[in-house]
Amino acid sequence: MGLLSDPVRRRALARLVLRLNAPLCVLSYVAGIAWFLALVFPPLTQRTYMSENAMGSTMVEEQFAGGDRARAFARDFAAHRKKSGALPVAWLERTMRSVGLEVYTQSFSRKLPFPDETHERYMVSGTNVYGILRAPRAASTESLVLTVPCGSDSTNSQAVGLLLALAAHFRGQIYWAKDIIFLVTEHDLLGTEAWLEAYHDVNVTGMQSSPLQGRAGAIQAAVALELSSDVVTSLDVAVEGLNGQLPNLDLLNLFQTFCQKGGLLCTLQGKLQPQDWTSLDGPLQGLQTLLLMVLRQASGRPHGSHGLFLRYRVEALTLRGINSFRQYKYDLVAVGKALEGMFRKLNHLLERLHQSFFLYLLPALSRFVSIGLYMPAAGFLLLVLGLKALELWMQLHEAEVGLEEPGGAPGPSVPLPPSQGVGLASLVAPLLISQAMGLALYVLPVLGQHVATQYFPVAEAEAVVLTLLAIYAAGLALPHNTHRVVSTQAPDRGWMALKLVALIYLALQLGCIALTNFSLGFLLATTMVPAAALAKPHGPRTLYAALLVLTSPAATLLGSLFLWRELQEAPLSLAEGWQLFLAALAQGVLEHHTYGALLFPLLSLGLYPCWLLFWNVLFWK
Amino acid sequence: MAAAMPLALLVLLLLGRKGWCLAEPPRDSLREELVITPLPSGDVAATFQFRTRWDSELQREGDTDHYFLRYAVLPREVVCTENLTPWKKLLPCSSKAGLSVLLKADRLFHTSYHSQAVHIRPVCRNARCTSISWELRQTLSVVFDAFITGQGKKDWSLFRMFSRTLTEPCPLASESRVYVDITNYNQDNETLEVNPPPTTTYQDVILGTRKIYAIYDLLDTAMINNSRNLNIQLKWKRPPENEAPPVPFLHAQRYVSGYGLQKGELSTLLYNTHPYRAFPVLLLDTVPWYLRLYVHTLTITSKGKENKPSYIHYQPAQDRLQPHLLEMLIQLPANSVTKVSIQFERALLKWTEYTPDPNHGFYVSPSVLSALVPSVVAAKPVDWEESPLFNSLFPVSDGSNYFVRLYTEPLLVNLPTPDFSMPYNVICLTCTVVAVCYGSFYNLLTRTFHIEEPRTGGLAKRLANLIRRARGVPPL
Repeated sequence: MGLLSDPVRRRALARLVLRLNAPLCVLSYVAGIAWFLALVFPPLTQRTYMSENAMGSTMVEEQFAGGDRARAFARDFAAHRKKSGALPVAWLERTMRSVGLEVYTQSFSRKLPFPDETHERYMVSGTNVYGILRAPRAASTESLVLTVPCGSDSTNSQAVGLLLALAAHFRGQIYWAKDIIFLVTEHDLLGTEAWLEAYHDVNVTGMQSSPLQGRAGAIQAAVALELSSDVVTSLDVAVEGLNGQLPNLDLLNLFQTFCQKGGLLCTLQGKLQPQDWTSLDGPLQGLQTLLLMVLRQASGRPHGSHGLFLRYRVEALTLRGINSFRQYKYDLVAVGKALEGMFRKLNHLLERLHQSFFLYLLPALSRFVSIGLYMPAAGFLLLVLGLKALELWMQLHEAEVGLEEPGGAPGPSVPLPPSQGVGLASLVAPLLISQAMGLALYVLPVLGQHVATQYFPVAEAEAVVLTLLAIYAAGLALPHNTHRVVSTQAPDRGWMALKLVALIYLALQLGCIALTNFSLGFLLATTMVPAAALAKPHGPRTLYAALLVLTSPAATLLGSLFLWRELQEAPLSLAEGWQLFLAALAQGVLEHHTYGALLFPLLSLGLYPCWLLFWNVLFWK
Repeated sequence: MAAAMPLALLVLLLLGRKGWCLAEPPRDSLREELVITPLPSGDVAATFQFRTRWDSELQREGDTDHYFLRYAVLPREVVCTENLTPWKKLLPCSSKAGLSVLLKADRLFHTSYHSQAVHIRPVCRNARCTSISWELRQTLSVVFDAFITGQGKKDWSLFRMFSRTLTEPCPLASESRVYVDITNYNQDNETLEVNPPPTTTYQDVILGTRKIYAIYDLLDTAMINNSRNLNIQLKWKRPPENEAPPVPFLHAQRYVSGYGLQKGELSTLLYNTHPYRAFPVLLLDTVPWYLRLYVHTLTITSKGKENKPSYIHYQPAQDRLQPHLLEMLIQLPANSVTKVSIQFERALLKWTEYTPDPNHGFYVSPSVLSALVPSVVAAKPVDWEESPLFNSLFPVSDGSNYFVRLYTEPLLVNLPTPDFSMPYNVICLTCTVVAVCYGSFYNLLTRTFHIEEPRTGGLAKRLANLIRRARGVPPL
């Protein structure tokens, strides 16, 4: 601190920052990106390890042998489902009761804000069926959940069959200390959301549902299962939940333990685990997985019905059975044994899962990067904004000094604090207008969909997406005209003050986002920071404008989609990409309304207005 | 299966002020009985009752002094042999003879429900209550599960249940009986068969319905001498279907709603499934102080309308001293669900007050519901001394009602818990560093620094400045 409060040295430091600003910024940005890429190399990634005592040392012996039973249940379920065209509630109730569960149903209905074209639903009503296995001689204070989400198409029958067979097996055991809830939800995630809201007796998303008749205390952990074939070649695990929340790493470790024990082939993000971490191949493969995880986490959508449990602090993950063209196939018994083992170990838990990490990145199933190691990457990127802001602050300061005392002696002159009245007043209009644009972007598409369908030949969902794009584009034209009303006595100070405010605003937002959802924060920082740092009304404006447009939140989304498909080795053509982009926009808005995903309000109310400020800076006259 | 009740050990100590006086020499008496009830689901419930009475020199005078009435609940107790063994040792015959030979730990803990209790109370020896006896009543209820214990088979025998048969009565017992609920057996459909065939039966109104019991008296010498042991068998003639068990008139459910670690809501659902009779229920809630109840949020709704309790007693909690006590008399309309909910805020404990397993959560004791539930069949008032012991579990008050006390499930509530680990220390350290730095940075940002020139010039300049100041001219 002494360094900074000594005016002479402070001045010297300020000079240094001013003179070396550009190289420092570049260095910091490059360091951030390099740090992120380095995360996949062994000193930064560590092997995962089980932290929870209750699950570590104890071995369990899996005895599940109900493969035929599971297949029979699955066939019956599929047949009944085909016959009734919906979830066969009565059949499920009967079957669950026959294996000895306490069975309840819950009906729910939800009118979506606009028709969901990817899932083809609008007015949704359905019924969830769940059976509770009461732990013997316990007082129903804790429970575990095994859930199977059933969509409108006839997938997931095998998962229901396995769930029922597991229920029958579990019911005959004496060792349960926690109740186990076997939940089959209709309309996949909507049903899960309805059930969770009713279980916790809250209404977050405006779902209408009947109250639950049976409960089983505090849910400690949940596993969602998705299986669509009698045999699987590998099990894929999904961890990313709503708003980028992740389950405790121990739950994933538990899954991995049983993968190894049962000799199952387990994948993360659909990618196999690299074996060799010493050469370059392993880390490069890990980088692909890591990037896929970053993209999925950044999207903030629940990747599987486990994602909705995380809001209620229930550690959860989704297991997906994949049936590809590999040679070796596993039957349902192998999957059932892994699940049995997981549930038996979760049953041993004395406390909620809390020992291991909640914030991590995964380059492979058995490797992780902890928050302490990945945070510097975001820190370096945000430092660029800080450096730029510092530079602007000092330039403003000096401009002020220069105005007051033209040609004054540098040393002993007393710099007055910059009078900010004029500067700040000129900022009010652009700030207000860009914020209003953000609000319009957030509110108008859903509100105005009926008006739009009246006047234009489009469907509601299309209307929402097109309104969204129209308002987004209109924002580019609107605010940069506003400063004309503002006094132009100091032409440079105006945009500098505006850019200073915008930089600080962006840094704050990105910092907060990176803390809660690192992937989203990092992704946005990577794209937005260079353009934000470069934006100024002089120089090659068209170049800056192009750069700014290319790094706007919407363009980032489009780019992410292409990158995602590229990493999945299913590259998109431009037209496909555009279609996917429109669908993603609609999904983003829908997920905000149906599950409370925060990406849409964050972009429309926070980052888009902030980005408009930079646009405004660029076209300052 | 009904929600398992917690084991609530209730000890009432009612001591007179007058202390000791001489009485007749103690006369011990022991009655023991076992009631076996086959349930429609195929499970079977067994309830042991042992009542020991003795005259004591401890005496009580006048009415109960409420000053000495204490109520305490331990919301969680793990059942295991640790609490069964000392319980068995209180029995006069221990587990050597009589019904208590059936109390074999490994079988009793292979059940789906287990409830064990000790009640001590004074009993008047005569009408004017000048002298009293003490009564020690021990009850043990277990439910054998067809799925777990029976491996799916639904036929039961004493040997299958307890891996023991009855061979001799306890020599100290004045009465030693086994009752088997054969209500279905005696009706026309004949679903159940009991072997050996009972010699006598007993009819009574239990829980508002008429029940018939087969009696096996161990003191009846013919009973055991015929085959040297008694192994009662239950056979279903038509296997019972997996139907939902009949719903009792009064049942309740309790849960915590909301999410997050700041606020929450305690909700109790009270079900009255009686088709046409409303009845009042006394609801007693004790809530630990670290859930700070907001009493103004107390809402009671039945059938969508507000239900005003006719009596409310609320004693607020004192931090670390006493819990909240909330007692209400609520009228439950016929065929309705009444929801009683109250919001709370989770308190932050001192760091030494957390249990060793703070992430498990903190238990909240069950609510206690006491009610006079209307019965379907009118019952005659009975003589308590003559009728079986199980009769007094649900005492009939005036023939049209019976008394029920229900315990809801205990709750597990998570409190905001610091992470007692290395990262926690790191966070503490980081916060300290940030707090220290904040002051300096704030200082730097809000102040401007400039250099005070060292005083130069000698006496002459100072003098000149003095003169200039006097003249009103700026100094040199």
